Amino acid sequence: MHSNQPFATSLNAKRGARSGRNWLLFSVIAALIVTLPILGLALEALKGSSGLWAHLFSTILPVAMVDTVILLAGVGIVTAVIGTTTAWLVTAYEFPGRRLLEWALLLPLAVPTYIIAYAYLDILHPIGSVQGAIRWVLGYESPRQFRLPDIRSMTGCILLLGFVLYPYVYIPTRAMFLTQSGNLIDAARTLGVSRRAVFWRVALPLARPAVAIGVALALMETLNDVGAAEFLGVRTMTVSIYTTWITRTDLPGASQIALALLLIVVALVGIERWARRKQRYATDARRSRGFSPQKIAPLPGLLFLGIGLVPVLLGFVAPAIYLTTEAWKRYRFAGLSPRILDEAVNTIVIATVATVVTILLGLVVAYAARIRPGKKSAALLRLSSMGYAAPGTVVAIGVLIVLAGLDRFIDRTALDWFGVSTGLLFMGSGAAVVYALTVRFLAISAGGIEAGLSRIPMSLDHASRTLGQSVSGTFRHVHLPLSKTAISAAALLVFVDCVKELPATLLLRPLNVETFATHLYGEAARGTYEEAAIAALAIVAIAILPVLLLSRVGSTRPDAG
Amino acid sequence: MQENIAVRLENVSRVFGTTAAVNGISLDIAKGEIVSLVGHSGCGKSTLLRIISGVETVDSGRVVLDGREVDGNTFVEPEVRGVGFVFQDYALFPHLSVRDNILFGLKSRARTEAVAMAEDVIRRVGIDHLAERFPHTLSGGEQQRVALARALAPQPAVILMDEPFSNLDQGLRDKVRTDTLSLLRSLDATVIMVTHDPQEALSVGDRVVLMRSGEIVQAGTAYDLHDRPVNSYAAEFFGSFNKVPGSWRDGRLETALGSFSGAQGSGPESGTILYLRPQGIVVSVDRGDFSARIEQRIFQGDSEQVLLRVDGLDLPLKVITRERLPSGTEAVKISILPERTMVF
Repeated sequence: MHSNQPFATSLNAKRGARSGRNWLLFSVIAALIVTLPILGLALEALKGSSGLWAHLFSTILPVAMVDTVILLAGVGIVTAVIGTTTAWLVTAYEFPGRRLLEWALLLPLAVPTYIIAYAYLDILHPIGSVQGAIRWVLGYESPRQFRLPDIRSMTGCILLLGFVLYPYVYIPTRAMFLTQSGNLIDAARTLGVSRRAVFWRVALPLARPAVAIGVALALMETLNDVGAAEFLGVRTMTVSIYTTWITRTDLPGASQIALALLLIVVALVGIERWARRKQRYATDARRSRGFSPQKIAPLPGLLFLGIGLVPVLLGFVAPAIYLTTEAWKRYRFAGLSPRILDEAVNTIVIATVATVVTILLGLVVAYAARIRPGKKSAALLRLSSMGYAAPGTVVAIGVLIVLAGLDRFIDRTALDWFGVSTGLLFMGSGAAVVYALTVRFLAISAGGIEAGLSRIPMSLDHASRTLGQSVSGTFRHVHLPLSKTAISAAALLVFVDCVKELPATLLLRPLNVETFATHLYGEAARGTYEEAAIAALAIVAIAILPVLLLSRVGSTRPDAG
Repeated sequence: MQENIAVRLENVSRVFGTTAAVNGISLDIAKGEIVSLVGHSGCGKSTLLRIISGVETVDSGRVVLDGREVDGNTFVEPEVRGVGFVFQDYALFPHLSVRDNILFGLKSRARTEAVAMAEDVIRRVGIDHLAERFPHTLSGGEQQRVALARALAPQPAVILMDEPFSNLDQGLRDKVRTDTLSLLRSLDATVIMVTHDPQEALSVGDRVVLMRSGEIVQAGTAYDLHDRPVNSYAAEFFGSFNKVPGSWRDGRLETALGSFSGAQGSGPESGTILYLRPQGIVVSVDRGDFSARIEQRIFQGDSEQVLLRVDGLDLPLKVITRERLPSGTEAVKISILPERTMVF
């Protein structure tokens, strides 16, 4: 029945050479692709003359460094406070509207930092409707007599970023409260701790790792932000990288700041890793039912709901309403310009291509880790996830260095050999943007797919192999159909992140190619408010998709695992 | 190379980290033979099974299937080895119906042939009524039968089963086991079954292979392993014993329960502990060689377990008897059946 023919072909497989070797090789290539820009960045930064470093240290870096640290500290505190409070509110108490609130608190995730800044600049404009209404109520006539503090400040930036980034803390902290505090909180109560004191003495200390993870992620987003900080006049390191390259065309200088920024990122990743390890110890002890929330009477319950809704209103509802009305006004006034339609196409095409590439590479890396488990493939998986922590500007500068070099090389070679100039093959085609997006979001793809694969028992692999399927056949007939959901979810997340992404797209897009995000940036930077609201609304509408997905996942209490 | 050897293991070893999961195992399995591999968890029995199937590889030694080397100097991928595997968790593909699960291993064949083979095995295993269902809708026993059918469908040269009955309830297990075994025998299949259950190992295999720490302790018929264990580990694996210390004198082991010469595996070099099976001691109210006092009685239905105090022994003797002792009995007589004793 098993003919000799397939036997003969596999007989030459040497000892130690086992199926799945190619996957490991592809995985190495994927990891290399991702790490290359960082390596290039480091090399370029070291190439810069020592005089440049000195200049950098004495002028740009100190200011940018101080601003960055203040911003990080501020956003860290704001997100930790909002995220933990709201998480406790929806898990410890039962009040009317709690289920709705539990879900609504995720909504600000759909608003990128540069959009919230863009929206509030107009909402809170001294001669805008909000301040006008306040003056009218208070009886003042002109902005000269009364105006709110300018949001174009460090404080404004911290608050605005805090109101859209707190879900990063809210999600893991709420999960922690839900999954593990139950029995422990009951135990604490029987030991004489009051319900209120339980939060400080038991729940919060237990949730500390989750809060740390959330804050670390929120701060990575803060470092990634280039739009909000710039609109609000905060000169962070990220902004400095951007301006050093765009206005001064100083690549070594930009790479040096980028490298310094990477050090901060490494510290954040360290914190996050450390917290996750702690969390693992903590979750080992879980064998729980979630603890039962305290029932609140309807009237005070309404107050609870009101408090919980504040971040939702500020972080999502207000900007969403603003964008909708502005977009509607603009549409009624001028319809959809061909320009915005062009941008829609560009946005979708770039995001789609980047998603396809990212998912393919993610499949390779995650699958290699499954069929060749061990230190090697695990290290490759981690290596290829590196880009997620790196801010978009840093990745962009790295990609720029790699691809510009490659472009030059190809152009010169073509000129030497065939007498034709190829021009900027990669930089001019949008390949650079796709490359940067892939580097940035491979972690989402590989991580999501790996999680999906890990739910498939190993015995299915072995069953498939003994039933006549090769490694690739097993992938096609077993793993692919069984991880379809995980792959689609990962693809959706990557796609949305690509649509939202601003800094890398801004730096690497080919001349005259605009996406929704870069359009918005351009108008906000110029201070013109034309079609940007339409672009912003489109981004938020797309970005809300994973929030819906997340709320579905989050609504099942995760006590099964 | 003999014609009738289905599986030959030559000095097979596999090391994980610093521990040898399988350590120099050699074993021949004849065509049509049913072998049970038994041992405590971690003894290497499952690793050995996975090595034979090809999802695990050897570090040294050779594996020969049907006269062809599949691991050692060359490596043959599992998909072309022609082995069927029944997994402990059944490993049914959740996205495929029962029929498609069974057709999975028949992909390389012409469609009509594959369908005919699948129908044949579905009928043989008696799961016609389940063919369109999906695995998650099946009971444990049904899943087990589907897993068996799927492994049998491509007509593999060897069937490997890893704890195939351990996920079933006790009541169901005996019936499924009997049905499975009679089916496998009627197909004249070569079967290697891994189990941790001594009773299952004894009842299933033409041959029983007892493993410990990656090595074979003893291989032989069920009767060999039960009645003539080569050492105390093998003896205690398949049953509990009373252990009575003694000392050798003139070729006889002197103990508090008499002296023994013809004990199995005995000899001055083999040890000084007399192994007595609880069933190898006869209890009676009035007839026997030694006096004993009843310390505890545990009625078990068909039989009764009695703990007896005997002068000169530190520990009470455990006896299992089918004789019903009158209630209230305190003093009894016992005698030892010498042919049921062993010395290690």
